[in-house]
This record gives sequence, structure tokens and C-alpha cells, in this order.
Amino acid sequence: MKLLILLVIVLGVIAIAQLTKVYELTRSLRKTREEEISHADNKMNATLMLVWMFVFFFFTIVLYVKYQDYLPEAASEHGVAVDKLMNVNIWMITIMFFIVNGLLFWVSYKYYYRKDRKARFFVHDNRLEMLWTMVPGVTMAFVIVYGLITWNNMTGPAGKDAIQVEIYSRQFDWTARYPGSDKVFGSANVNLISTTNAMGMVSEGAISLEIHSIDSLIQEIETTLEANAVLSTLPESAVEVMKDQLYRHKRHKQRILDLKEFDLSGVSGWAAGADDNIVKGEFHIPKGIEVEFIFKSQDVIHSAFMPHFRAQMNAVPGVPTRFKMVPTISTTEMRQKLNDPEFNYVLYCNKVCGVTHFNMQIALVVDEPAEYAAWLAKQKTFGGVAVPATEPELTTPSDSLKKDTVQATALTIQDSKR
Amino acid sequence: MGEHAAMDHNHENGHDHGHHHHKESWISKYVFSQDHKMISRQFLITAIVMGVVAVVLSILFRLQLGWPGEKFEFLNMMLGDRWAKDGILDRNAYLALVTIHGTIMVFFVLTGGLSGTFANLLIPLQIGARDMASGFLNMLSYWAFFLSSVLMVSSLFLESGAASGGWTIYPPLSALPQAIPGSGAGMTVWLVSMVLFIASSLLAGLNYIVTIINLRTKGMSMTRLPLTIWALLVTAILGVLSFPVLVSCAVLLVMDRSFGTAFYLSDIYIATNNSTDPNAAVGALEATGGSPLLFQHLFWFLGHPEVYIVLLPALGISSEVIATNSRKPIFGYKAMVGSILAIGFLSFIVWGHHMYITGMNPFLGSVFVFTTLLIAIPSAVKAFNYITTLWQGNIRYTPAMLFSIGLVSTFVTGGLTGIVLADSALDVTVHDTYFVVAHFHIVMGLSAIFGMFAGIYHWFPKMFGRMMNTKLGYAHFWLTLVCGFGVFFPMHFIGMAGTPRRYYENSYIDMIQWTADLNPIISVFAIVGGAAQILFLFNFFHSIFYGQRAVQNPWGSNTLEWTTPVEHIHGNWPGAIPEVHRWAYDYSNPEHEEDFVPQNVPLKAGEHGH
Repeated sequence: MKLLILLVIVLGVIAIAQLTKVYELTRSLRKTREEEISHADNKMNATLMLVWMFVFFFFTIVLYVKYQDYLPEAASEHGVAVDKLMNVNIWMITIMFFIVNGLLFWVSYKYYYRKDRKARFFVHDNRLEMLWTMVPGVTMAFVIVYGLITWNNMTGPAGKDAIQVEIYSRQFDWTARYPGSDKVFGSANVNLISTTNAMGMVSEGAISLEIHSIDSLIQEIETTLEANAVLSTLPESAVEVMKDQLYRHKRHKQRILDLKEFDLSGVSGWAAGADDNIVKGEFHIPKGIEVEFIFKSQDVIHSAFMPHFRAQMNAVPGVPTRFKMVPTISTTEMRQKLNDPEFNYVLYCNKVCGVTHFNMQIALVVDEPAEYAAWLAKQKTFGGVAVPATEPELTTPSDSLKKDTVQATALTIQDSKR
Repeated sequence: MGEHAAMDHNHENGHDHGHHHHKESWISKYVFSQDHKMISRQFLITAIVMGVVAVVLSILFRLQLGWPGEKFEFLNMMLGDRWAKDGILDRNAYLALVTIHGTIMVFFVLTGGLSGTFANLLIPLQIGARDMASGFLNMLSYWAFFLSSVLMVSSLFLESGAASGGWTIYPPLSALPQAIPGSGAGMTVWLVSMVLFIASSLLAGLNYIVTIINLRTKGMSMTRLPLTIWALLVTAILGVLSFPVLVSCAVLLVMDRSFGTAFYLSDIYIATNNSTDPNAAVGALEATGGSPLLFQHLFWFLGHPEVYIVLLPALGISSEVIATNSRKPIFGYKAMVGSILAIGFLSFIVWGHHMYITGMNPFLGSVFVFTTLLIAIPSAVKAFNYITTLWQGNIRYTPAMLFSIGLVSTFVTGGLTGIVLADSALDVTVHDTYFVVAHFHIVMGLSAIFGMFAGIYHWFPKMFGRMMNTKLGYAHFWLTLVCGFGVFFPMHFIGMAGTPRRYYENSYIDMIQWTADLNPIISVFAIVGGAAQILFLFNFFHSIFYGQRAVQNPWGSNTLEWTTPVEHIHGNWPGAIPEVHRWAYDYSNPEHEEDFVPQNVPLKAGEHGH
């Protein structure tokens, strides 16, 4: 096999070399020079331009026809508007594609070199140039205005009654969180993430659990180091690594203590977490009701892509992002429309995020509002971890969000108060 | 050498460009040369080698995409058990290949290679200068480029693999080796290589600008400059203004990676350690308070002008080649210059269109929609002016001409899909899909590489004193054109169906399955297209040694480089530097018998120049 490939390559090179030699010999016999392009060559290339134009156009049309239903019908309100805009744009650029390429290849065919003719000395023409400045100008004005109207409609602030869903991402899965009956998301902090608290939800219980586990790690390392100070059994490099770990654990503990000390105003945010629903594997949203997604990431940038809804937004660590939409077709209805009982909406990652980026997805189900309520009621709440017995104060969602996401801001505010 | 002394007296700028080398050693002639023509050839050959590497990488990952899971014995033979166990490409290796393919193509082939080759060759020759303003800086520029090329390629052989977060190296992925092995040593080498590359690019750019502004021969006013020079000038200005921003972007990333800062990092928890360093920090990271979006703003502030740094020289080359081989003046010279300037200016205020869905304020997005779509106007002007130049011309089909016409087609075809991507509302559904891959490969990749091929075929006689084989050139063009569109055109449809780029395998997402039948077709085109480049390589290297000897002005061209002797000499012209009396586009001027009038021919009595 290897030999065969090698052989083919070697033979190929020899063949080219021989062909070139023959070609050059005939050239020198006819005493023509490379730069003198013969009439036959000019004509052949001109003809090929025309042939290529037809081939190119033919396959373009084939692809257009075969892939015209590139996505199923848009399943969201703004998606319908996006599709309309897309169709207008595609029509426009397709027409331009045929006109400009057609002109180019036709002109290339028509005006190939003939000895008896002289090219027209045509330097410039203000009217013509004005024409092809103005026409694209006016077209672009239309495209811009139409596009921006659609864009503004889809990116405005979500309505007061919108349901909020947090889409939490990490390598390589998605988790959905619902704010629960108080409609307020509980605070979360990366410093509290652990095997039992995957999103780092903040509560007194979570804090004391995490501090306890860090303390035991610190103690373990300190004991080893003390023993080693006497026995010196560990190599120097291992000691360095352990000292480094010790330092990290201590800093980690301090960050959690800071959280406790400074985030006084966050106590309500902590309590609000108790009734939050955390959902994995598949998540539901109601049909006909506005949903505002809040995207978060705990490690690298991911992108939540939901092509059925013409929706996409990056999930950026440290910067919560939002996207709102109104789903208009339930999963059941879509299954009927597509005649596919297995069909499911899907949210998948569209920003390279690591080795299994290509399989980072979560199923999404659009329910009728009643089904949705029933489904949500069955989901687990975060309340498993101990929650302080204080009465949760009601805050507006935006307030609590600001608090729990931008820890640094809270710290600065606290500092300036002192 | 008395001749040389005499010629320096005639140099109206009075500079001495060091043409008084009485003896040239092999090293000063071929290695550490300060002669712009030699440096140009060095850039070209380095870029060709880099291009071959990048094409081979792309064929390797196209094998995986075309036939996922298929066992290719020779892959194992080439890459070994580590990167292709049982002949199936490793997932990390796939990402590294994609990343390095992109990096090499964008920076090393189409920036360093294209600008480096043709700016060095054409600027002194076409403006009538003895050499670049600083031959020494020019030499440094090449060697920095060479070093950075070697580093970039060598990163493929690192134990932890080359950089693998995509050529845009977005942090935190690129900042955290724990997140992906390629962000370890591979990323470090990538960054060092890029800083060297940028140094090279800046040295070169400043040199180009100074040379064009100061060393034009008598009579060569700015409005008589050939369009190649205009394009190269604006390219150099874009590079000088935008590359420093990429340096700062890269330096901040180096700080985040190695010195514990947090310019781009915030609220990060690393669950598992994927790096080769067993002691890398996992858990909640100390570094916090930065923003990954800062990186993207800095990156694309270079990244978008970069697109035009790649494209403008190609457009400049094709303007020259199309005018020469249509035997017709370029239509609307002033509009062509104006649109180069407009594109150059606009390219600085559109970077945000790469960031519509990153969480950037939607209103800011609207501003970028507006500025981005404006670029369609000067681009349309250029396209129509090219077509009008061809119209009623007398087209001679040299291989260079074929590639230039191909360029106009790819520029138009790829440019049009840019209108969809520039529209933020539409970008939401096609962002980061194969639609984008199709768009930029056609408008930037194919156009720029076609421009580069056009330049090589056209100026080969100037560079090497011999001709390339025309018939092989034809075969090369037609195969490349068909395969180029064959690879990238179907990608539009895969992308619109929702297939993300940089996916190792598309079979995990059910909804995009139905477009999978296009992938093997694309891969076949890629392989045939790649193989077609062997024709070019053979033609190029064979012709350097055995090509037909060139005459002084083989294409009947007007520009000054064809008034120099075929054999290269220091200082370019043996006697006085020619004086310029007319613009570069007096082709088929009815007031003259010949169908071309070189720029150094004085105006006839009563003739008014352009």
C-alpha cells in the first residue's frame, strides 16, 4: 500500500516532467516563446470560461434546489422574522451572483485576443461609476434598515412576565436552572463548586461544607510537610508542589470567607437559591410565553446554538449573556409537522471549547404551558443543602443577578462604604 | 563599477542604498541578502513551503471530515500512534491541524508570503527606486519571518501538541492548558512565533511606506502609481496600525498564561486537568475580574484589517494583470484608488461584526452592521470596474490572467455571502457554522491565493529571468478553480443547515446529519485540488532552472520593472533611473501605434497624459 502510493507519486512527477519536455521541444521547434499565447490557446481558455460559467451555475442551482429546506420552519416568533430577512437577502445575493459572474465570464469569453483588433481605450466614465456606486449604496441602505429593524425587535429587553432560564455551561455539558417559585435565582460562586454543588450555589450550608473540606485538605498537607521536615523522605520537587497546593487551598478558603464577610446584602440571594430547580439531560420551556435565557460558563467560552429557534448566544465565563424568544411550536406539533416521532429540539455548542466540543448538547422540549408547569413541579430543588432560616426578602430579579455574578463589584461597593 | 557610481549621481533623492558591494559572498548574496529582489524570492519560497504544509494539514483533517472513523493506514504511517492510532485522526490532533492550518494560511502564506513577496519585488521596481529605503531592516524582516515560520511548524512536533483553540485563540481556552492540551507548550510557541511574525511585518511595513512615499522616481506622482503600489501602500499602513494591537493582545495573553494576571479571565472553575502538567491548578482559579471579550476586541481590531491586508495586494496584482492582458487601461483608476482607500479606512471600524453574539451590547452591534455593510459599496465598485476593464478588451489568456479573472469571480461570490454575515440578525443563525467557513475561504482564501498565483506567473520572468510553462499553468488554473469552488461552495449549505465549524465529527448532532453526504465530495475536491498544486510546484521549481529564457518585457507591459535588464543587478537599472512621463495604463492608446506605451516614454507633442 505504502509502496503503491509512493510509486504513484513518483510516476506522476516523471509523467509531468516528460510532458513538459515534449512541450518545450515542440515549442523550440516552432520557435514560439512562452509569452506568445497562440490563438488556439486564447480561444480554448475563452471557451472554457463560458463552459465553466454554465457548469458553475448548473451546480449552484442543483445545490439550491436540493438544500432549499436547510432548516425546519422557525419555531419562535423572532425566528419567522429572521427567516423572512434571510430569504430576502438570499434572493438578492443570488441574483447578484448570477448577474455579476455571468457578466464576468461572458465578457471573458467574448473579448479574447484577436490580432486584427485593438482594445477600446476606455479610461473612465463618471455616469457608469456613479451607477455602480449608487445602486449598491441604495441596496445596502435597504439591507441595513431592514436588518436593524429585525435585530432591534429581537434584542430588546425581555418583558416583565418573561420566564427566566439560566443555561449553565462547562466542558462538555449544559445544565438548566429555573428560579423557582420566588422567581429569583439564588447566588452562585465558582469558589463553591464541588461534586455535591455543581453550580456553586451559595448558602450557609454550602459554605461551611466547602470550608470543612478545604480545612481537611490543608491539614492533610500540613501533617505531611511537618513529618517530612523531620524525616526528609520526600524529594524537593514534591515538597514544592505540596507547598504550592497548600497556598492555593488557603487562598481558596480566604475567598470563601471573603464571600461570607462582604456579601451581606447577598443573604437574600443565598436564600433565593433554595427553591431553584436544577435540570440536566433535557430541559423544558413553555410554548407561547416569552423565555429569557441567561447564559453562563464556568470554564471556557461556549456558544448555545438553537437553530430551530434561530437563536444563538455565547456563554462567557464572568460575563452573563442573555437572549430572549417566544417559542411558537411545541415539540409534539413539530414532530407531527416533520412526521418524525423521534424529533427533539436541541441546544448544542458552537464555539470550539475542547476535545469533545462536537458532542456538547442538551435536548430542549417545548411544552404547552400546563404541561410545562406540571413538569417543572416535578423537578428537584437545590434546597437539599441547608438553608438559613431567615425569611427570603423579595428582590427584583435584576438586582439579585447583578449581585451574584459580579462578585468583584460587590467587594468594591463594600469597600467604598467603609 | 564606474557605472554604478555614475548611476548614483543620477539618483535624484541623493540616497546611497549601498550598491557599492564590490564582492559578494555566497552568504551575502543568497542568505543574508539586503537586495529587495533576493528578499522577495526568499519570502516567496518560504511561503510556498508553508503553503504546502498548510495544504497537507487541511487534507489530513478533510480525510477525517469526509470519512469519519475510517482507518487510513498511511495516516498512522505519517503521524504515528500518538496522533493517528489505527489510522484514525486523534481528536486533539484534529483541532491542532485546524488551528495551525488557519494560522499558516492567514499569516504566513497570505500575509507574509503575499505582501512579503510582491511588496519587496514591486515597490522599488515599479516606483523607480534602487532598493528599499532600508535594505537592512528588510533583511531583518525576512529573517524574523523565517524564524517565526520555523517555530510555528515546529510546534506541530511538541509532545502536548500544537495550539488547538482555533486560529483566533480565544481565551480562556487558549489561556488554560488544563482545558485543552494544545494550550500548553503549543500555545506558548504559537505566541512567540506570532510576536516574531508581527515584528517582521512591522519592519517590512514601515519600510514599504517610507519607500513608496520618499523614493519615487522623477515624474512618478502618486496619481501615476500603478494600482499594485497603491494596494501595497494601503496594506502596509493597515498592518502598521493594526499589528501592534495584536502584540498587546498577545502579550496580555502571555501574562495571563504565565504570570498569574487576569486580563481575560474571570470566575473560572476547572473541573479536570487535561494538560500534560500533572500539577496544573484545578478547581476555582485565583485569577478573576478580567473579560474574555477584551481579548476579542483587541484580536479583531487586528483581525479585521488583516482580512484586507490579505486581500488588497491580491486586488492590486489583479488590477495590473487584468489591465496588461486586456490590453486596456484599468477602468476608473481614480475610483479604484478611492475604493482601496475606502476599504482600508472602513476595515478599522468593522471588527465588532465578529462579535454580534458574544454578549456585546446589541446597540453596538447595530453600529457594526452599518459600517460593515458599507464595505459592499467600494467592493462593488472594484468588481464592476474589473468587468468593464475586460469589456471590449483584447484578452490574452496567460496563466496570470486566468487567475486574475478567477479572483474577480471568487471575490464577488464570497463577498456576496458577507452581506448575510454582516447582518447581525442573520449572523445569529449562521455564526461559526460552515457558512462562515465557506464565506471567508472563497472571498479571502481563494481570492488572495489566486492573486498570489497571478502574481507569480506574471512576475516570474522578473524574479527568475525565465518563463514558466504556460500549458501547465492552464491545467493548474482550471483544476484549482474547479476544486476551489468544489470544496467551498457546498459548505454554504452545510452551514445553513446548522453545522458548526471545528467539529471533529458531525454525527453526534442528529439535526445536521442529512447534509453529511456533501462531506466526502468536498474532501475529494480538496484532495484533487491539493494534488493539482503539484503541477504548480513542478512548474515553478523546474522553470527556475530550465524554463525558457525571458525577454525584457515579455507581456508588453507599461510599468517600470520591465525596463530593467533580465539579469538582476544591484540598483536595478544599469544606467540612470528612468523618468516617468505618463500613467501606467496607456494600453491601446489610439494616439500610439503600439498597444502599450511604457511609463518612461515621453509624451508626444500635443498628447495629454493621464
